[in-house]
Amino acid sequence: MRLYLKYASIILRGQMQYKVSFVMSSIGQFLVAFTTFLAMYFMFNRFNSVNGFTFSEVLLCFAVTLAAFSLAECFVRGFDTFSGIISNGEFDRIMVRPRNEILQVLASRIEFTRIGRLLQAVLMLIYAVPTSQVVWSSDKIATLVLMLIGGFCVFSGLFIIYASICFFTIEGLEFMNIFTDGGREFGKYPISIYGEGVLKFLTYVVPIALFQYYPFLYLIGRTDNVVYMFLPLVGVIFLIPCLAFWEIGIRHYKSTGS
Amino acid sequence: MIELRDICKTFKVAKRNAGLGEAVKALFRREYSEIRALKNVSFKIDEGEMVGYIGPNGAGKSSTIKIMSGILTPDSGECVINGRVPWKERIEHVKEIGVVFGQRSQLWWDVPVVDSFELLKDIYRVDELSFRKNLNELTELLDIGEIIRTPARQLSLGQRMRCEIAASLLHNPRVLFLDEPTIGLDAVSKIAVRNFIRTINKERCTTVILTTHDMQDIEALTERILLIGKGKILLDGTLNELKKRNSTYKTLVVDYTGERIKTVSGLRVTKDLDGHVELVVDTTLLPVSQAIAIISSQVDVSDISVMGATAEEMVVSLYKEFEI
Repeated sequence: MRLYLKYASIILRGQMQYKVSFVMSSIGQFLVAFTTFLAMYFMFNRFNSVNGFTFSEVLLCFAVTLAAFSLAECFVRGFDTFSGIISNGEFDRIMVRPRNEILQVLASRIEFTRIGRLLQAVLMLIYAVPTSQVVWSSDKIATLVLMLIGGFCVFSGLFIIYASICFFTIEGLEFMNIFTDGGREFGKYPISIYGEGVLKFLTYVVPIALFQYYPFLYLIGRTDNVVYMFLPLVGVIFLIPCLAFWEIGIRHYKSTGS
Repeated sequence: MIELRDICKTFKVAKRNAGLGEAVKALFRREYSEIRALKNVSFKIDEGEMVGYIGPNGAGKSSTIKIMSGILTPDSGECVINGRVPWKERIEHVKEIGVVFGQRSQLWWDVPVVDSFELLKDIYRVDELSFRKNLNELTELLDIGEIIRTPARQLSLGQRMRCEIAASLLHNPRVLFLDEPTIGLDAVSKIAVRNFIRTINKERCTTVILTTHDMQDIEALTERILLIGKGKILLDGTLNELKKRNSTYKTLVVDYTGERIKTVSGLRVTKDLDGHVELVVDTTLLPVSQAIAIISSQVDVSDISVMGATAEEMVVSLYKEFEI
């Protein structure tokens, strides 16, 4: 962790060399997320509710997903640009340093400009938490925290899988964005509105619904089943196969010619 | 110290013809061809040795280096360095090696070099005291005291390469892998880098393995040479042995006044101008001293020089000999 901070400080110092660019991209990130928020706001202005969920409920759902995604993105973004790290040979360098590879990959690309998006998510949470008509008892707060942790882990796991695929092929990974960025977009609304099929897929294959939909039902009082509260922890377990896949990938690492 | 036994490595390379149509086709059906990058590579290197690893492009030099530094896992074979298998105990292994890739930087691009050094200190868990001592020594030897406060991106290639080498020695490794360390450097930087490598090898007893295409590097630095071609080790010997192998022919360049020189067996004229002649002596038939005696008995020599094969020529003849 201390080393991660050192990396962070050196990258921050590097990015600060281009001050204008830094400020502009932070603002840009903020605006992108903000427009989605506006779109949702105007839609609810006309329709009042989606599939039985009110605007403030959906907003809470969206805020949680966005916060989890932004956190994952802020810290685990290194994996997103991993194909670049492999194809320009940077990974060779990582392999000859006596530290865990994952830590090094994470630390090699820390995106401070994502703070704009994280800020947006925090603002939305601040707005959504009091307006959601949820009675914030201690178990509800715990649920919210678990949702954030579970979401962070699931998105991180997805980024790791994304990166591990790079060991086998260095091209055409865009389809993985369906799960990462797509997951974020899906996560705007409670998963059930997409229908049974999508819900099953996002429960058993890519466990996005586990940290988003089910605990969310518990949060807004649609169910009293306490099990739903702890489902985000499955998201944490999701990391294990992801990391195993990563290890297999490293054995297959081919490096690039030089 | 370093021992490789029967290391094999195969790469799968996707192939397709040029053109958009072919590219689309390749999406669905790929044709792979296997390239056997390394075939039963075996060698042994002792502590404190300095070894030149040479061979044409694509011969397998970099692959071998990558296996020895724990980046690649070979298909079969054994490799033990300092008693460890690099790809199995990667983290322990890489603490004791330093690697310089001449074509790639390991410094953080936008920050002063000394900041990169500080981070490397933390990555390798070097304690403050030995880090300071080491850094002072390295900056002095490589003459980089002036430039380590400059961001890496503003350094010239020669300056940066010196910083790269310093960076890979901060943790005082026992083995140093140099992959084309003098590529693209000017004469002054090259000589500085060579002198430094020699000093490090002598004073710290660091084992150095050097790949290069620059034969002057080899001549200036290494005693022992490993020649690899098409994935096989073709030759393992000292530079002198190599030279002897190729030194049966010497070239004589003579400036003279007088009649034309009459040749004898073992002496052949390759270039004949008025008052200037170049001859090749086959030393198995005629010792050089005798050849000179014959020439000076015939004409009035004003200048004479003897040239053996250069390392460059030797390597070319080796490549030809092994058809690589």
